Amino acid sequence: METRKFVSPKKGTAVVMVGTVKGAFLLNSDASRERWEVSGPHFPGRVVYSMAYDGRDGRQRVWASSTHFAFGTLLHSTEDFGRTWTNPESAPVKFPDEAGQSLKQIWQIAIGSDGEPGKMYCGVEPAALFESNDAGESWSLVQGLFDHPHRPQWQPGGGGLCLHTILVDPSNPKRLHVAISTGGVYRSDDGGISWQARNKGVSAEFLPDKYPEFGQCVHKVDRHPSRPDRLFLQNHGGLFRSDDAGDTWSAIANGVPSDFGFPMAVHPHNPDTAYIFPLETEMRCSPEGKLRVYRTRDAGNSWEPLATGFPDEPSYETVLRDGLDTDTLKPAGIYLGTRSGKVYGSHDEGETWSLIMQGVPAITCVKAAAV
Amino acid sequence: MAIRCYIPGPLREHADNRSEVEIDTAGGTLQEVLAGLWRKYPGLRDRVVTEQGEVRQHVNIFIDEENMRDCGGFAAKVKPGATITIVPAVSGG
Repeated sequence: METRKFVSPKKGTAVVMVGTVKGAFLLNSDASRERWEVSGPHFPGRVVYSMAYDGRDGRQRVWASSTHFAFGTLLHSTEDFGRTWTNPESAPVKFPDEAGQSLKQIWQIAIGSDGEPGKMYCGVEPAALFESNDAGESWSLVQGLFDHPHRPQWQPGGGGLCLHTILVDPSNPKRLHVAISTGGVYRSDDGGISWQARNKGVSAEFLPDKYPEFGQCVHKVDRHPSRPDRLFLQNHGGLFRSDDAGDTWSAIANGVPSDFGFPMAVHPHNPDTAYIFPLETEMRCSPEGKLRVYRTRDAGNSWEPLATGFPDEPSYETVLRDGLDTDTLKPAGIYLGTRSGKVYGSHDEGETWSLIMQGVPAITCVKAAAV
Repeated sequence: MAIRCYIPGPLREHADNRSEVEIDTAGGTLQEVLAGLWRKYPGLRDRVVTEQGEVRQHVNIFIDEENMRDCGGFAAKVKPGATITIVPAVSGG
């Protein structure tokens, strides 16, 4: 794999941001998405759990978190696709003294809606939400969620007590969803001042009460921008859909080889279409060693395996919660990154797949954008 | 007499790329010496201590040859002419 220091995307091309346990890579291809240029590793030796692209207000800004095993977690950005990165003197995202907590990881960087070009969010471990109103220049703890009476009862999952999902409603900037492992889904309708658990119908098989108000180990939630009340959820056991912004959830694990998995990615243009990567529950790898993405095109009433282009030989692969994403080109590109350091891509909405990159460290996140 | 502070490789970009810096102080507690180091090189602070003011779990600070965790922590006395060494813990693959 030939890599360079930075990529130089032209307008209308795809950028894929890949975070790994030992650095990050930036990939770029024209709209055909058949040949890719790769830059990196950026932040070599550091864990990059989260990346995001901010194309609002004329920006071309890539964000990344980096965690050094000894020296902590920082937030960086680049305006030139990796040629130079910010390296802030002081940690931009940190708990205030009175919170009594210390930042471990930034699990999610979320860009606000187009109507609020300065708005950004970070979801962190220990579970908390930070917001910025100046496009990432300064950050503050969202106190309303931090003070939630449920917070002392949230429990860490295998990956830690993390706020890993942030969903901005493009039609209503006051509405925000977050998901916490293990805490479940919470929604705010007042811009983050107050929060309500929104888990009715989502199971928690590991608890005595199988349908608690909160405490579910939600792995990932995604929403469609054109139909923001529709949410798809990959649970720690179970697939669910909500058509009422999380007020109620319905099970949609219809015809999947396993209802366990981590990622969930909604098609960028069709609110009935979503993608998952089922995992066998004990081994936490692709069932029967068959590398498959599953797609629904009828909002979860049925799922189909997408196999063309994936290896025929046994592939016991794991894809983490942020390891599956779509770009916004037409037809949509779909990307997944594995813990064995491979990135697969589809330039035709999942019909066919090809290996874009391999031989990189274990992949923690794959985020795609059209620039 | 100045206190010498040794800076580990990954942090030197925040200390004018120097491996060794001097803090002009007649001594005092480790807390006071480090406060002088943070004033001189603010980029070091958040990388060495958490926002709660604790030394990060995998960072060790030695006063001469003694780990600060074994000799009083931030309250440990630093004598004039002493050496402060900041080192990350060893790690695996």
